[in-house]
Amino acid sequence: MKIFATYNIKGGVGKTTAAVNLAYLSAADGCRTLLWDLDPQGAASFLFRIKPRVKGGGKALIRGTKTLDDAIKGTDFDHLDLLPADFTYRNMDLLLGAAGADKKSTRKLGQLLKPLAAEYDHVFLDCPPSISLVSENVMHAADVLLVPLIPTTLSVRTLDQLTEFVAGFSGRRPQVWAFFSMVDRRKKLHQEITKDLQAERTGVAATPIPALSMIERMSVERAPVTAFAPRSVAARAYRALWAEVQQDPKP
Amino acid sequence: MFRGAGGSIALKGGRHVTATGLREFVADTAAGEDSSLAAVRSALSQAFTVRQEPGTAGSGTHHQTWLDTFDWRLYKAGLTLQFEQARRGGRLLLSRADGAVQAEQTVTSWPRRPRLAEDLPPGPVRDRILVLTSPRALLPIVKAVSTVTVTRLLNADGKTVARLVADHVTVTAPTGNTAGGITAELPPRLAVAEVRGYPGQARRAADLLAGVPGVAHASQGVFIAALTALGRHPADYTSGVEAEITATMPAPVAVARLLLRLLDTLELNVRGVLRDIDTEFLHDLRVAVRRTRSAIKLLGGVLPADLAEHFKVEFKWLGDVTTPVRDLDVHLLGFDALAGQLVAASPADLEPLRAFLARRRAREFRRLAAALRGPRFRAITDDWRKALLEIRDVDGPRRRRPAAAVLARATTGKVFRRIAAQGGAITSESPPESLHDLRKRAKELRYLLEFFAPLHDQVAYRKVLSDLKQLQDCLGEFQDSQVQRAEIGTLADAMLAERAAPAATLLAMGEIAAKLALSQAEARAEFAARFARFAGPAGRERVRVLLANEMQGRS
Repeated sequence: MKIFATYNIKGGVGKTTAAVNLAYLSAADGCRTLLWDLDPQGAASFLFRIKPRVKGGGKALIRGTKTLDDAIKGTDFDHLDLLPADFTYRNMDLLLGAAGADKKSTRKLGQLLKPLAAEYDHVFLDCPPSISLVSENVMHAADVLLVPLIPTTLSVRTLDQLTEFVAGFSGRRPQVWAFFSMVDRRKKLHQEITKDLQAERTGVAATPIPALSMIERMSVERAPVTAFAPRSVAARAYRALWAEVQQDPKP
Repeated sequence: MFRGAGGSIALKGGRHVTATGLREFVADTAAGEDSSLAAVRSALSQAFTVRQEPGTAGSGTHHQTWLDTFDWRLYKAGLTLQFEQARRGGRLLLSRADGAVQAEQTVTSWPRRPRLAEDLPPGPVRDRILVLTSPRALLPIVKAVSTVTVTRLLNADGKTVARLVADHVTVTAPTGNTAGGITAELPPRLAVAEVRGYPGQARRAADLLAGVPGVAHASQGVFIAALTALGRHPADYTSGVEAEITATMPAPVAVARLLLRLLDTLELNVRGVLRDIDTEFLHDLRVAVRRTRSAIKLLGGVLPADLAEHFKVEFKWLGDVTTPVRDLDVHLLGFDALAGQLVAASPADLEPLRAFLARRRAREFRRLAAALRGPRFRAITDDWRKALLEIRDVDGPRRRRPAAAVLARATTGKVFRRIAAQGGAITSESPPESLHDLRKRAKELRYLLEFFAPLHDQVAYRKVLSDLKQLQDCLGEFQDSQVQRAEIGTLADAMLAERAAPAATLLAMGEIAAKLALSQAEARAEFAARFARFAGPAGRERVRVLLANEMQGRS
């Protein structure tokens, strides 16, 4: 089981759309795939038309009184399941903090996912925007960290901070794959930053996800763009990105 | 993808829909198929948005073949084996009777010819069925083409919460099968497939379906439904006697029924022998011949004398023409086990013997096939059936003859007493022939018990049979070891004559002969105890109880 997580400290940068589309593409490849919507706003759950509710809430899952397995819902797509969001996830930091001492509290999500290893080939974690115990848990659980970046100088700084943070992990570290998101080709700054960063840094995907109204349409269609418009530019971009992030970044 | 016609419709990987998540129904199409399916959709639309779109995942046409041995070994073990044809190759799926999948494995194709499990590529299905089916081949029993239509059932959010799977199945009995070439269409099968996390919605859909007039819960799986539609029953072949006789039936009628049943078994196996599908067709055919010969010898007194006399000769001929191939089959079937016992020699040393046996078998098989295709064999089966039918139907209740139970008691008692006397006279100094002869008598008794099994009290019957089997095993081991040892000598001579015998092979054969001599000595040492159990005071009492019960209330 390989765990992918979409993460960025900022909101509105395309984490959920990336998680939803890449999870769909993974399932379409025949891989048994689970997407866990960790964001209490429940955008990913909404996109799959699944109610953002887990019986017993986040507390039951973190404490183990309910297994993840019991909370999983089948999506409309073959091989793709979803663990829905719940509004109580907003308190997940506190719940994880109560899970034990420092190391224990940062590895809790990874522990909870372990029993699913036989059932799924790929797990996607759609992380809420923040830097918190939840995101630290996600980074420890993930094999691949997918970081959407809006092409601004500030977001480049964020990537630096994140890379440094992960490098400080003792033991296992996730592979970091950054990719540009919501790219507007008409903006000169966007073009420059994407070009420069891809040249300077390893672990930056060559495929950018453009800012497209077709991607925004997902909230109307309530489905991945890769499913309802598979031939669109947006779908092609996600497919190229999916192909890329399954490889190791070039040294 | 949904699988059709399986009784265990599941999404690819079997993950989303387990067998327990399925609720299966059969639609009565008396009022027309379209109208019954329209009624189903209308009922479901009370609770769901019913969305049928072309190309919904799982819809499409599927080709499947159910496989089993000629004697239904998988079915009798509570298993079904399906080959599912895919665009390239396919897969084998082994399930329990309740539909739960036990093992699956991909295979490149399923050849038209029946196939031995040992010839399958390594995999979990092969591992699971090898011992169970060996040495029998897997034959196609039913072929099915199923057209699956998947309809999504949506909740108010437009989310798929269950699926309705409609399966139209056309089944065919493969040629060469008992129902060969017949095609039948099964009533449409409907299943509600659960979407993970929405069990309540699937229950709701199933409840709505169950309320539609003409829709009923499926009481049997597709395989059994297909067999029924083709006029067959599972396990409709057995090598056992199982004649339909009663205690009060006139003896000639009972004997004719018995012999007709044996003739059926004999004839059912001819095709498999001629196509050389597996070794057990010939084995079952020979058992039917031996039983027939014993029945003529022991019970033929109630048949017209000239008839019994004529067919005694004919069935001896038939037994004799089948012997060489069977003997070689026995050598070849036990070859690996025998080679595995070698201590001094290496199993590879025996390979020239295996090649020699295979060549001989090919030659003898041509002779056997010619005999079974020839006029003498056809005359035996045709004339014998005609004569027996006449006795069964014409020489029926009108004539006064002893009842079947009287004949059973008299002959069984006589043969038992003969065994008790002959066996009792055997000492450690008696020649091997005395044990061989006793083995023949024991076999006759075994056949008699089986012939008249329907007339016996089952508890008493099983007790006597169990003692007898143990005695037979011992006598069989003794004689087979001796015969095989003698045959190894003959084979060595023949191989030398054909210059096909390397020294290492002859040495290995010598070692095997020594092992056989050891087994024979062991069997001889065990004989006294086994015989005492069978024919001693307790054994005699068991036979007395068996024969005393024979007439009571079985008509």
